[in-house]
Parts: sequence; structure tokens; C-alpha cells
Amino acid sequence: MMHFLLLFSRQGKLRLQKWFTPVPEREKKKIVRDMTTMVLGRKPRSCNFLHWKDLKIVYKKYASLYFCCGLDAEENELLALEVLHRYVELLDKYFGNVCELDIIFNFEKAYFILDEFLLGGEVQETSKQVLSRSIEASDMLQETMEEYMSKPAF
Amino acid sequence: MPAVSKGDGMRGLAVFISDIRNCKSKEAEIKRINKELANIRSKFKGDKALDGYSKKKYVCKLLFIFLLGHDIDFGHMEAVNLLSSNKYTEKQIGYLFISVLVNSNSELIRLINNAIKNDLSSRNPTFMCLALHCIANVGSREMAEAFAGEIPRILVAGDTMDSVKQSAALCLLRLYKASPDLVLMGEWTSRVVHLLNDQHMGVVTAAISLITCLSSKNPDEFKTCVSLAVSRLSRIVSSASTDLQDYTYYFVPAPWLSCKLLRLLQCYPPPEDGAVKGRLVECLETILNKAQEPPKSKKVQHSNAKNAILFEAISLIIHYDSEPNLLVRACNQLGQFLQHRETNLRYLALESMCTLASSEFSHEAVKTHIETVINALKTERDVSVRQRAADLLYAMCDRSNAKQIVAEMLSYLETADYSIREEMVLKVAILAEKYAVDYSWYVDTILNLIRIAGDYVSEEVWYRVIQIVINRDDVQGYAAKTVFEALQAPACHENMVKVGGYILGEFGNLIAGDPRSSPLVQFNLLHSKFHLCSVPTRALLLSAYIKFINLFPETKATIQEVLRSDSQIRNSDVELQQRAVEYLKLSSIASTDVLATVLEEMPPFPERESSILAKLKKKKGPGAVSVELEDGKERGELNGGGDRGGDAAIAASNASTPSPSADLLGLRSAAPVSGATPSAGSLLVDVFSEAGPAATSAGVNDDGFLRFVCKNNGVLFENQLLQIGIKSEYRQNLGRMYLFYGNKTSVQFVSFNTTVSYEIKSRILNVQTKTVEPLVEGGAQVQQVINIECLTDFIDAPLLNIKFRYGGALQNISLKLPVTINKFFQPTEMAAADFFQRWKQLSQPQQEAQKIFKASHGMDTEVLKAKLLGLGTALLENVDPNPENYVCAGVIQTKAQQVGCLLRLEPNAQAQMYRLTLRSSKDTVSQRVCDLLAEQF
Repeated sequence: MMHFLLLFSRQGKLRLQKWFTPVPEREKKKIVRDMTTMVLGRKPRSCNFLHWKDLKIVYKKYASLYFCCGLDAEENELLALEVLHRYVELLDKYFGNVCELDIIFNFEKAYFILDEFLLGGEVQETSKQVLSRSIEASDMLQETMEEYMSKPAF
Repeated sequence: MPAVSKGDGMRGLAVFISDIRNCKSKEAEIKRINKELANIRSKFKGDKALDGYSKKKYVCKLLFIFLLGHDIDFGHMEAVNLLSSNKYTEKQIGYLFISVLVNSNSELIRLINNAIKNDLSSRNPTFMCLALHCIANVGSREMAEAFAGEIPRILVAGDTMDSVKQSAALCLLRLYKASPDLVLMGEWTSRVVHLLNDQHMGVVTAAISLITCLSSKNPDEFKTCVSLAVSRLSRIVSSASTDLQDYTYYFVPAPWLSCKLLRLLQCYPPPEDGAVKGRLVECLETILNKAQEPPKSKKVQHSNAKNAILFEAISLIIHYDSEPNLLVRACNQLGQFLQHRETNLRYLALESMCTLASSEFSHEAVKTHIETVINALKTERDVSVRQRAADLLYAMCDRSNAKQIVAEMLSYLETADYSIREEMVLKVAILAEKYAVDYSWYVDTILNLIRIAGDYVSEEVWYRVIQIVINRDDVQGYAAKTVFEALQAPACHENMVKVGGYILGEFGNLIAGDPRSSPLVQFNLLHSKFHLCSVPTRALLLSAYIKFINLFPETKATIQEVLRSDSQIRNSDVELQQRAVEYLKLSSIASTDVLATVLEEMPPFPERESSILAKLKKKKGPGAVSVELEDGKERGELNGGGDRGGDAAIAASNASTPSPSADLLGLRSAAPVSGATPSAGSLLVDVFSEAGPAATSAGVNDDGFLRFVCKNNGVLFENQLLQIGIKSEYRQNLGRMYLFYGNKTSVQFVSFNTTVSYEIKSRILNVQTKTVEPLVEGGAQVQQVINIECLTDFIDAPLLNIKFRYGGALQNISLKLPVTINKFFQPTEMAAADFFQRWKQLSQPQQEAQKIFKASHGMDTEVLKAKLLGLGTALLENVDPNPENYVCAGVIQTKAQQVGCLLRLEPNAQAQMYRLTLRSSKDTVSQRVCDLLAEQF
């Protein structure tokens, strides 16, 4: 299973953090620090895999953003790279040419999309069509701000 | 501001995020956040009820602030309120907040669980999924308790929507991992397994993660999944790339599901059913064949997905380890990848080959790639790839290629990345030892190791070389010669000096015939390094010098001169000074015979597992060391036969005080003054085995015991390391004792263990202890409670045995626990008449015990009274006709019986003597109380 997924910028700014196992806050900060320094310190065209403690780390850079995940030792690294890629594709389809700013300003959406795709650190659904459909369907359930504002504040 | 803001944009949130992004400094950011927090707090506390939208917006802001790394201590209640909103968007934000900021507040958990329960039973698939996501994200025990029974039902129900099934499967997996005891599959097992046949690929993809986890824990219950998995895999592998529609990923049919199926099969041995096995082998061959086909797309996603399946198939082939044909094909495939232009594939091929190397079918095939792997070690730009290459070389090493591989690893060490040097050093040391045929090669290798990477050579490595040289007399001369040559270098590593000092001290005589390495030349060479070395090394060199005096009487004058110099004999370091003084004295007063006996050559070390291997295992974690030194014959050769091993234990047990390399010469037993200060340095002999023999035993301590006859609290024991305090209380035949173990040092005690032993068969005392934590930090105190029940009267006290490791040395302390029969006294008040009547009743000779003894302390009245009260009896005033005398009465409570007891103490101040008389209904009690009390005055 995947233990965590982190999105951070080239400057080491954390943009998204998803923890699939319970980790104390202090430990989270330490892991984030370790991951950013380790991954950002890699030379270009290095391989995308690392060993860290007893986890496999798989990361990939998309534009200015690094996607980095920690996996159990028996997980498949290449497939994990494609998990990252599929997530990027989903974000891209939702936002249209997704960029770092989209994830900053709509972080809650990024989390919702991730929940549709991965659950408990495992892949829940791989079909882009199925995923996009369910993400869009939940957007349809949402009301516009105007609708909200016209309602009486009780 | 983002160009796209779908769904319901929260303008206030976007503005806030903009503000934060515009902050120029951390301080400005904190200021802005505090302002926002104050604002939100006032909104939440305000009189006006907030509408759902505002509530959602503020909760979302709080979440953002938390994710920035700031603490959030409010808003949980508002988030929980959102859960019960009918608006999807509000519910969603509420769930997100709960998932990220889960709070163990029990009241809140109850409310959350309530909301989840409502959503789970809502039959609205979107709401159900949200609830399931939340359970999976939080995964707490409370949630498992509340929902572990319900979710399997949702998972297998016929009318559950596919998307809900998927969430339910993974949610259940999460709960199972967190609280396996609460997730009982029982009746659901077969229906869950049959999800592998589900029409919907997404359902299979999610369910198989659950099935794999359950299978790995209960393989038998789930074994029907094997044939289902094989047929599902076969259908995918043989499908055309378009058959699976959207489950085809970059022209690869269902890569995720394929990999998960192959992973599931790795929970089981090869299928027994021939047809199933045939079908599976066919699948694996198809996967291997496809790797040779031209790619259907140039995209890296295509090749990644395809190769992911290939690597997973190879893992399964290695797991089965029974199909030589497939194993060799797998090895050849990986061999191709070793030279692939994709770094990722080279990395994975090296990693995967490591496991292949341990299979007897493919070990030889792996070895054919040695040149490629060595090349990778030399030329890969990426250190993590080089690391894998080093791992593989280590795994493929055997007697035929050991010299080549060790040489390559040594030469790589000179330029190796700092982060992996220590591990490389350990690996080289292990391989050199394991495959040493001639020991000169082994010695050369280790000395080279020290020369090239001295800083990374841990103590275990140089201890080991000495252990092996001591145990093998055919290599001793060579070792002496080589180390002598190595020491010629103007700058050599301190570890080299240590090895040199030890080996020349033991075997310098073997090369002393050559005038170029005469005794004095050897000594001068060693001594030229002396001043550049640290204290432990200097201490070791001093020991080497005294050994020289024994080996070469002609060096005696020179060495005595050195020992006598102020820089030695007045050295500010106590260990060095002491050695210099002792050795100087020893060399001047001891006869040649005594000297020769004391400074005899070290006996061979007993055979042990290589401590280096243990260290590597520790470094890499269990299971990570693929090469084991398990071949007894090889180890036997190296350590020089087990039959010579015994004597070393004697040398080892002489070592009573750990100090830096103190026991180098086995001199301790003869040293006139023993260095009594234990230091954190570790003994040479002690490092090799976990159960080091260098235990200090304090013997059984009686003083402390007797001091507690008349008192219950105080310090029971104290030495330089440990203080044991005691507090006890007794009621009737029951007692409770609190022991406080205080670590007086700044170093932690490990393997701290205490046992209370008592002869159980005698059924006298019932003693119960709670175990203490095995680690006592420096300066810390741990507490232990001991419960005692007195069954009948007794003499012997329970023994308390304390063992722990301090700086590597085992400490062993045995104490008598101050549990004495008088502790179970109940005081009895009585008038003079009663007293004398009872006194007379107890007039049989065996009922009385009497002692006349000299006072060891002052005869102060108040002190005497305090002691008698401390004994536990009632001190009776105005009973004895002589006011100088003391009389007491009490009843000893045991489970079996009550023993009445009368006491009379007659001090004679003039003679400084006492007469003590005890009478009780039981002779043993009279005697014991009399004995105990007589020691108190």
C-alpha cells in the first residue's frame, strides 16, 4: 500500500499531503522535511526511485511540482509512477491544463479527486472515464454561490 | 487567482489564500493567520447563527491553515455539524476536515459516527461513498468498533452500487489493517472471494487489495481465490489492447489489476491443480514474450505499465522458485534491462536480480552478468543505482568470484558516495571473511579496507580481524609483517594503529628476526604514532608495550623509560596514568616467569556469529541481508576450529571492569590494582557476543537487608551506576513494596531486567512482581511494585536479581529483599497483668529464644524505642518493674496462622550489653525475631 503522497514545489513548499496511515504530526513534519530535501537534492535524469527506511520512495516532477509517494517494500515502483501520472491526468482533466496555482487555490478539490482515485493507500478505480464521471457528478450536486446567498440565514 | 474555479467557488477562501501568498515574511503570514483565526472564532461564537455556506467556508479556511502547518484547536464542532447537512458540498468539506484533523475527543467521535451511520444507511451512493472515505481515512479503532460489522454487508449486498462496493472493500481493508481483531470475515469469505469474478473491473481492482491482505493472513480460508485469480489474469493477458476499453492504460490492458493478481498469487505456492498451473505458466510466458514485442507506443507510460506487469511476473516466478525455464528467462530479461537506456529499468533490474541470485536455479545465470554489474558500479551517475549494483554484487558473490568482486568493491570504495560507505565496508568485510581461502588475502583485504575507508570501519570490523588472526596461527606471521608495512605510511588511520598495536604486541616476535623489523624498530614505529592517537588507542598501545617487554627483554629499558616519562605516569587521563604506573611496576618487580605468565599470548576466541553480519542486519533491517554466513564449514575454517575456543572465556571472565580496551591482554586478573571506574568504552571481548561474560556481580548484599528490619523506607543499594530506593507498607499478612531504580549515569541502561526469586515449593511467601521497562535512560528512575503475601513464617528473604547492560558490559546485582517476618507484626496493647500471664503461658524451653550481646551503637532511649516500634510490635509502658527495660507485644499474621509474640529487652548501660528475650507460640518465630533484632542495637 501507499503510506503517503506529498506534492511540493521546487522551493520545498508543501502543496498537498495525504497520509494513509496514522502518523503523529511531529513525525509528519519530519517525513516532509526528509522527502523534500532528499528529492529536491537529486540530480536531473536520476532514477525516480529511492529507498528510505523500510519504504520505497517514488517521485516524479511535473512542471514546477514534485509528486512523491512512500510505498511498502513489496509494491511495484513502475506502477506507482503511473499512479502519480493518472492522478496528474485526473487533475488536468478537472482543471484543464492544471498548474500549481489550481492546486493551491482549490486544495479541497485536489483532496476530493484523490479520494475517488486512492482509498486507504490502494487504487480504488483506474478508469479515467469512471473517475471523471463521478467527480463531475458530485460537482453537479453543488449549488452556486448565488443560490446559497439567496437563502435566508437562519 | 486561478483561471478556473469549478463548482462553488468560495470567494472568501480564495482571497485569504491570496493574502497568505502575498505575505513577504513568515511573521506577516502568522499575523495574517492570527487575524483570520480571531475572525473565525468570533463568527463561531457570535450570536447570529451561521448559514451553511459560511460555516463551510470558515471550516475550509481552518483546514487550509492547518495544512500550512499551524495548530488548530477549534472548529471541530462546526465541522461535525456540516456532516449532517443535506448539501453535498457542506457535507464534503465537513468530512474532509474530520479526515485530516481527526480528534480523539470521545464526545466528538460519537457524533461523527452518528453522522456516518446516517449516511451509510441513506441509500444515496454519493453520501455512502463520502462516509466510507471518511472511515478509511480515519481508520480509528472506535470507527472499526462501530462499522466493521456493517461494511462487509454493504460490500457483498446485491443491490450495492459498484462505486460503493469499491469504497467498501478498501474501507474494510483499512479497518482490517488497523484492528484485525474487529474485522471478522467468517460468513462473508466466499462471497468476498467471488468479487474476483465481478463484471466491473473497478470492483475487482478494489476488492483484490482486500483479498490479498486477507489471504496473506489466512491463506487456507481464501485459497479458492487462486484459480479465480489465474483465470481472471489469463483473460486479461490474452485480451487485445482495446478489449477492456477504459481499463486499458496506454495500450496495456488493465495493468493495475494484472499486477494485483500477480501479487495475490505470491501469497500462495504454485497451484497444485495441473490445469490451473498450466494456464498460469502460459500467462507468465505470454508476459515474458510480450516484453520482446515492439512497443505499441513511444510514451513512457506505455513501457512503464507493460514493464510493471513484467516485473511483477518475475517476482512471482522467483517466489515459486520451481520453474528453471522461467527463472532463466526472467534472468535473461533482467539482463537486457541492465543495459537499458532508462535509468529506472536499470535500477529495478539490479534490484530484482538480487532476489534471483539467491535461487539455486538462476544463481549461475545471474553470475554471467558480473561485468555489466561491475560496470554499473563504476559508471552509473545516480548513487541509488550504484547502491543497487553494490547490493547485487554482494548477493551474487560466491567462492568463484569473491576475489574479483571484493577487489571491485574496494576500488569503488575510494570514490564511493559517503552515504553508502559504511555499508560497503561491512559488506566487503563480510565477503572477505566468508570466502577467504587463504588468510593472507583476508588480512590484506581488511587492512586495505582500513587504509581506504578507515573512518567508516566500525569497531566490529577491526575486532573481527584480530579475532581471526588470533585464532589462526598460519596467518599470524603474515599479519604481523603486513601490518608492520602498513604502519610505515606517514599518515595511517588510527584503526590501523589499533590493529598494528594489537597484532605486533601479540605476534611481533614472528617478524623480529628480520633486522628491518627488529623489536626496537617495531616499538619505535608504534610509538611514533602514539601522540597522534586518541586515549583508547593510547591505552591499547601501552598494553602492547608491556607485551613487548615480555616478548623482547631487550626493549625493557627503552619502554620503561617511556612509561616513566611524565606524559605517561602523570597523564591527566586516569586510565592512561594507571596503565603506565601498573605496567611500569609490573615490569620492574615481576620475575620473567611471572611476566611470561601474566602476559601470555591471548587464547583463541570462541566461535561466534560474525558481529559484522549482525551489524549489517541491524543497518538494513531483518531479511535484508541475502548472504548469510550459515555454512558451518566455512566458518569453522575461518575461526580455527571450535575445539580451541574454550579458553578465551577465561580471559573474558577476568574482565571485571569495562574500560576502553581494558582487557586487551587478559591482564586484569593479575593487575595489582584494578581500575575501578567503569567507563562507556567497550571491551574487546565483550563486543562479540550478546551475552557478554563480563558481568559484574556484587554478590548478595546483607548490609542493606539488615538496615531494613526496623524501617520500611530508604535506600536499599547504591553503587556508581545504580541507586535502588525502597518504600514498603504492610497490612496483616500482605505487603506491598515499591522499588525505585535510579540510573545515576548519563548513559542509558539497556536490557534492564529484574527478577525476584524465591523457593516456590516451600509455599512460604507468595511474591508477585510487575516487569519493568527494559530501557532506563540516563538520569531516569523507574519504579517496580512487588506484592507479597506471607503464607507461613519464614527465615530466608526473597532474592532480587538485577541485570542490565551499561556501555556494553553486563551488570549483575543480587540483593536480599528486606522482607522479614517481623514485617507482618500487628501491635498488641496489653496491661501488665495480661503480659505476665501470657509470658508464663509461653514457658516451654523451645518457645523462648534469648541472646546476650554487646551494643554496637549508642544506647539512647529514644533510638531504642523507635527501633522497637519499627519492629512492628506495641511498646508496652509500665509493664516491666525495671523502668530501664523494654517490653513489647505483637501478633505475627501469616495466612496459615497467627503467632503471638512477646519481647523483653534489658539494656545494661554500664557493661554496654543487652539481653534480649523472645517468647512466642512458635519456636522458629522466636528464634528468627530474636536473631533479627539482635543485629539492630
